[in-house]
Amino acid sequence: MNREKQRVTVISQECLADEIYSMWLSCPSIAAMAKPGQFINLYSKNGANLMPRPISICQIDKENGELRIVYRVAGKGTKEFSGFAAGDTVEVLGPLGNGFYLKDKKALLIGGGIGVPPMVGVAEALKAAGCDVTIVAGYRSKELTFLMDELNASGTLYVASDDGSIGTKGTVIDAIRENSIEAEVIYSCGPTPMLRAIKNYALPLGIETQISMEERMACGIGACLACVCKSKEVDHHTNVHNKRICKDGPVFYAEEIEL
Amino acid sequence: MNTKVNLAGVELKNPVMTASGTFGSGAEYSEFVDLSRLGAVVTKGVANVPWPGNPTPRIAETHGGMLNAIGLQNPGIDVFCKRDIPFLKKYDTKIIVNVCGKSTEDYCEVVERLADEPVDLLEINVSCPNVKEGGIAFGQDPKALEAITREVKKYAKQPIIMKLSPNVTDITVMAKAAEAGGADILSLINTLTGMKIDIYRRTFAIANKTGGMSGPAVKPVAVRMVNQVANAVKLPIIGMGGIATYEDALEFIMAGATAVSIGTANFYNPTTTVEVVEGIENYMRKYGFNDINDLVGIVNR
Repeated sequence: MNREKQRVTVISQECLADEIYSMWLSCPSIAAMAKPGQFINLYSKNGANLMPRPISICQIDKENGELRIVYRVAGKGTKEFSGFAAGDTVEVLGPLGNGFYLKDKKALLIGGGIGVPPMVGVAEALKAAGCDVTIVAGYRSKELTFLMDELNASGTLYVASDDGSIGTKGTVIDAIRENSIEAEVIYSCGPTPMLRAIKNYALPLGIETQISMEERMACGIGACLACVCKSKEVDHHTNVHNKRICKDGPVFYAEEIEL
Repeated sequence: MNTKVNLAGVELKNPVMTASGTFGSGAEYSEFVDLSRLGAVVTKGVANVPWPGNPTPRIAETHGGMLNAIGLQNPGIDVFCKRDIPFLKKYDTKIIVNVCGKSTEDYCEVVERLADEPVDLLEINVSCPNVKEGGIAFGQDPKALEAITREVKKYAKQPIIMKLSPNVTDITVMAKAAEAGGADILSLINTLTGMKIDIYRRTFAIANKTGGMSGPAVKPVAVRMVNQVANAVKLPIIGMGGIATYEDALEFIMAGATAVSIGTANFYNPTTTVEVVEGIENYMRKYGFNDINDLVGIVNR
């Protein structure tokens, strides 16, 4: 009985691309505990917007007690957050979820769209641990890229875009094939069709594959059962073929989940 | 100062409890609040066998509220008895188990199974709008409600709470039917059936199409219904529907509720329950009330 929401201070806010924003938050106790792949809940100041907004952690600066989130404006809550400036405060809860299981193996990180941000934190942690890091980031177009400098700094970056305006024209899987990228472990986050394609690509090759899932959430702590995904086996907690994304995830091994 | 309330012979240390489906069986929220501070914990609905629930998306936000169609996902009574009841027994709070089913037999099976378990009260969920069978089917027809109440009472060793749906023309008719069937306590309101369209995906925001609406936006409807029922039957009432603060809770108590449940607010403020407990105590001190029971139904006198 020691967890609680905290009011934390915004250090900076920046628009990275159309509707994509970056915010650094000063939150030492959360940063101290945070792991790549976890998320935090942010709460609107407008009482009409009740639900917490779960947003993945992009970068963790434990030394300075800061977290970076990079998020897409997708509704009223994230629109409000995008208007915050340095010095403003916001209520948050976290870190939430499990985070990626970082392995001492040749790594391939795959991020698609707003699934790119958590890959920055994963890449930094793996690089610090001395791992061989390759990253494939998928974007809609060159205009809509973001965080490429951060990814480049922590590994070898390949890009795929829907329209071919940057990198491989096509999907992240097309980019992996085109560049003959090999890996022992995959860390991935992105839209469900992308995760499905990664699972179908990687499991037959025997590559350990971790996927980070997304779903509408209410509580963010495993109580409301809103954000479930289908599990292959009966889950130990729910006793049905459902896992709670907020509590048991958001990161799962691909073979555990029906996509 | 007395904050104890009595529900059909079960004494709660205070009138504040959780609303079924918003608090699991307490484990997740025990990281945020001392469950022993609560009058009771009301568990998520449990059935005779595990239920997988509805497809996702299961929730959507609305202005000052939310829609949910979880579909009563639950691990089944066996796991519940083995895991959740022993967990709750570690705390000094009353245990109220919400019971769901698809048929009268299902409800009775769970109620019978719980007869010898250390739980204090049973809440019979005949008002869930999000499942095709059972649930609300019993809660919108007074004859069916009276019949299932009578049937459940045959198997119940604990007093039973019938949870009423607001999705009816006249809730007092339902309250009287439950009373006639032998209910010991009534709880209300369950969620209001609603709908949201996602204009960007051009489909329903919730996979189930409809969902149950809850949150602060529904509170005036809930207070009105509690007051109507308080004036229509003699049974004690557990009031709920959009309670987020002690002021909200006191509205329900003054309208006629002996106890109150905190639901949706837990999702956005995990410490709401204890804040309401403290707020009620402060109110009583400030305005000179020595007994919470003096406030119950005060507007009806």
